[in-house]
Amino acid sequence: MNAPLQFVPASAFKQRAAAAVADAHLRSSFRNAMDFLIARRAAQFPDAPALERQRAFAEHIRKYSLARLPDLLEQLERKLTDNGVSVHWAETPEEANRIIIDIARRHSTRLMVKGKSMVSEEIELNHAMADAGMEALESDMGEYIVQLDGEKPSHIIMPAIHKTKQQIARLFAEKVPGAAYTDSVDELIGIGRAVLREKFMTAEIGLSGVNFAVAETGTLCLVENEGNGRMCTTVPDVHIAITGIEKVVEKLEHVPPLLALLTRSATGQAITTYFNMISGPRKPGEKDGPRELHLVLVDNGRTQAYGDEQLRSTLQCIRCGACMNHCPVYTRIGGHAYGSTYPGPIGAIVSPHMLGLAATHVLPTASSLCGACGEVCPVRIPIPDLLIRLRGEAQHAARPGEKPMLGQGAAQSRLIDIIWAGWAALYTRPALYRAFGWLATRFRALTPPMQSGWTASRTPLQPARRTLHEQMAARKRS
Amino acid sequence: MDEAGRRHYPEKPARVYLFGTCLIDLFCPEAGMDAVRLLEREGIEVHFPAAQTCCGQPAHSSGFPEQTRAVALAQLRLFPEAWPVIVPSGSCAGMMRHHYPRIFADDPRLLSEASALAERVFEFTEFLLHVARVRLTDRGAPARVALHTSCAARREMGTHVHARTLLGQLPRVEVAMHTHESECCGFGGTFSLKHPAISSAMAGDKVEALKQTGAQTFLSADCGCMLNLNHTLQKRGDPLQGQHLATFLWQRTGAEGEQR
Amino acid sequence: MSARANILQRLRAAPQATPPLPPDVPAFHAACHAGLAAGTRAARIALFCEKMAFWHGEVVRVTRANWPQTLRELCVTKGVRSLLHGEPHTAALRAAGIGGLKPYDRPVDAWKKELFEDTDASLTSTRGGIAETGTLIIWPDVDEPRLMSLVPPIHFALLDADQLYDDLFGAMREQRWSSGMPTNALLVSGPSKTADIQVTLAYGAHGPKELVVLMLVNEEELK
Ligand code: SF4
Repeated sequence: MNAPLQFVPASAFKQRAAAAVADAHLRSSFRNAMDFLIARRAAQFPDAPALERQRAFAEHIRKYSLARLPDLLEQLERKLTDNGVSVHWAETPEEANRIIIDIARRHSTRLMVKGKSMVSEEIELNHAMADAGMEALESDMGEYIVQLDGEKPSHIIMPAIHKTKQQIARLFAEKVPGAAYTDSVDELIGIGRAVLREKFMTAEIGLSGVNFAVAETGTLCLVENEGNGRMCTTVPDVHIAITGIEKVVEKLEHVPPLLALLTRSATGQAITTYFNMISGPRKPGEKDGPRELHLVLVDNGRTQAYGDEQLRSTLQCIRCGACMNHCPVYTRIGGHAYGSTYPGPIGAIVSPHMLGLAATHVLPTASSLCGACGEVCPVRIPIPDLLIRLRGEAQHAARPGEKPMLGQGAAQSRLIDIIWAGWAALYTRPALYRAFGWLATRFRALTPPMQSGWTASRTPLQPARRTLHEQMAARKRS
Repeated sequence: MDEAGRRHYPEKPARVYLFGTCLIDLFCPEAGMDAVRLLEREGIEVHFPAAQTCCGQPAHSSGFPEQTRAVALAQLRLFPEAWPVIVPSGSCAGMMRHHYPRIFADDPRLLSEASALAERVFEFTEFLLHVARVRLTDRGAPARVALHTSCAARREMGTHVHARTLLGQLPRVEVAMHTHESECCGFGGTFSLKHPAISSAMAGDKVEALKQTGAQTFLSADCGCMLNLNHTLQKRGDPLQGQHLATFLWQRTGAEGEQR
Repeated sequence: MSARANILQRLRAAPQATPPLPPDVPAFHAACHAGLAAGTRAARIALFCEKMAFWHGEVVRVTRANWPQTLRELCVTKGVRSLLHGEPHTAALRAAGIGGLKPYDRPVDAWKKELFEDTDASLTSTRGGIAETGTLIIWPDVDEPRLMSLVPPIHFALLDADQLYDDLFGAMREQRWSSGMPTNALLVSGPSKTADIQVTLAYGAHGPKELVVLMLVNEEELK
């Protein structure tokens, strides 16, 4: 295994989180944007029992698809091949990048235009392309803005959500040749449109992600509002689609229930402007569309999640971002603090499989387990349970006979083990426990004034005068 | 999720068990005592098994399944009679009701015991409302209060609905809504120790929202949230303090003198 | 071993509890609509118009007889100097006297720049519409290629009100999509848009800035 592409040391995460929390500006922009998305989503689901029915069915579809995953992948491959699509398989980011770069080289590529694809972020394709001497240009407005500023997306659906329009106005005036300063959103979008249309025309390759891959028809479905995805998949001579292996569904009719929840959960839209279903390259006689179409199926740790029946539910995800929007931690610190491609709750449960627990064990701890994510997840992934499970795997060696996860036990600490062993010893011995309570209440004046993270913003905890145990016992006696 | 929607509630029993929870035991025993008093006033005898300690949630949420199991096992058999088990904390009730059966899923005998126990576990306000079917008499002066139920109480036990309905029986108590009411206060057990910056930002926002309501006090059905918010307020030198719902209800409805 | 073999082997080696039953989409669909009366044509038309308006799309009711004339007027009002269209509509458009007609009669590669920079509007057919979401179903083909509904700033789309479906699943089932999909099929709900700058909605992100639906209705439905 090569070193993970991203490493999120606990201390660096905490530093970034502390800085983000102290940044009033960032706090209010995330709070406002998340409030907006939460309200938009809520407006789409006025009927709670109906929503529950929909979520249960969507979960069923995803679980069914995953149960048949290897068969469906083969069926998808067969169908796509029949349709004239080349299907590639990649176990690692390096492999995926190599496949894409080989195709690009074959077409003497100078420019690749990219539609929104989190998997391409996951494999750091843009870097790999740059290293190979080719340009990879993001064309989703948010992604374009973020790339222009040398940043990464801070949200999987709204990549530039951390920026104000004034910041974007300054960025465009500075970096886009010929662009005058304007903070009118319409004009800013107009500038992006003009620059990118030029690029769509000249790019040799278009790259896109995939929202659903339908096995029975060999159809790749893409959800978007802007039309850049359609540009990338239609204008250049070559289209490369890249997706995680988990995105397959068996039948076309499985798509509508998922699509209805995806767009409503993500941005509170009943549907996006475009739902693009691609089943093959340009056929003889057709006048546009790519002449070559490739699909790259990426594992990158997904088979590890798949190997465990509880963790497999991670792969039910349809990447709507609702768990982020509703996460009180994400809302406070924003996407960049996480330091992983996928931020927020979904990032915390999926990144350990991609990058290993050594690189990511802090992420599952950054949650109060409030359950807001699990409550809104349209495919009912039990996110809090998975966070707990990953906390456990990070702190313990694999059980005998079980295959260790990548980075298993990386956060194990003798001290913490001792503390929990002591805790269990105390709480499994009632007499000892009562004695402890007796002592703690009698010596309450000796409570330490500094209590680790607690007292950073709180007064110290102090035991009561008498425990409930004592008071109840006294009552019984009297 | 509202438990009331799918749970079948028994007739009011003559006897119940109280599971006091470790936080209440050590830090807010008055809340436990007030819960007992409220139950007794309804003519219910309260049994408090002396061997109880903690539901095991701290280890569970920290990723220590072995220790969780050991501590949970130590509670599992403390309630032999078929009486309801009342838990004056939404998150501990959620632990025993929803997580115990999963913790013991690999052992058929323990699983059946855990499932049987889970069926008898009631969060305190849920019990008052749906099983004891209390009719509260408001004996206090007009008051404006806010309500913060813990996330587990809200999402696993539907406590926000139960608490609000109970408070609705008190005509002179106005329950003020606060902004982002369903949002977590940032306690999260060891989360508050591990990620103090994030946790205190969350607690800070919550106390601001509670203060903005102009309420005299705020109520919680969970000691953890209450301690988190009260100690945050104290550190800020703010006079606002929260109360456990049991304490508020007991004081409000006339305390000792009014026993039926 | 190849990546393919490794991946499939790992997936097949994973433990499998009893697999869930195949999802019964028709039953789910029926349950979701239980209690709702089956949509009437009038209701579908009204709902489609309402939803399309919500997406910032314009709906103009036309008849089989007058649509080319209406389109001509729309082109004049909107200042359209060139209208991209497919072969099947040539005669009707010519007869209406629309100026600047531009048939999509050769592969895009030969005239990409002109398409992008010098084509004001396009007219395409549709395969139908979806009332629930205000959505057009477009299956580009040899006569009406993919880029027609994407590149020109104004997109006119002809929609036959007979082809309105209650929802996406209904459309898929009635039109038997699973028996064969075209190289590209599209659902289009309004003009292109983005909210990527400060969640402020802006239209005409990369695709059309305006979408005008010419809905073919009966004389008495013209309103
Ligand atoms: S985990 Fe659920 S809520 Fe989060 S992005 Fe995935 S599908 Fe959406």
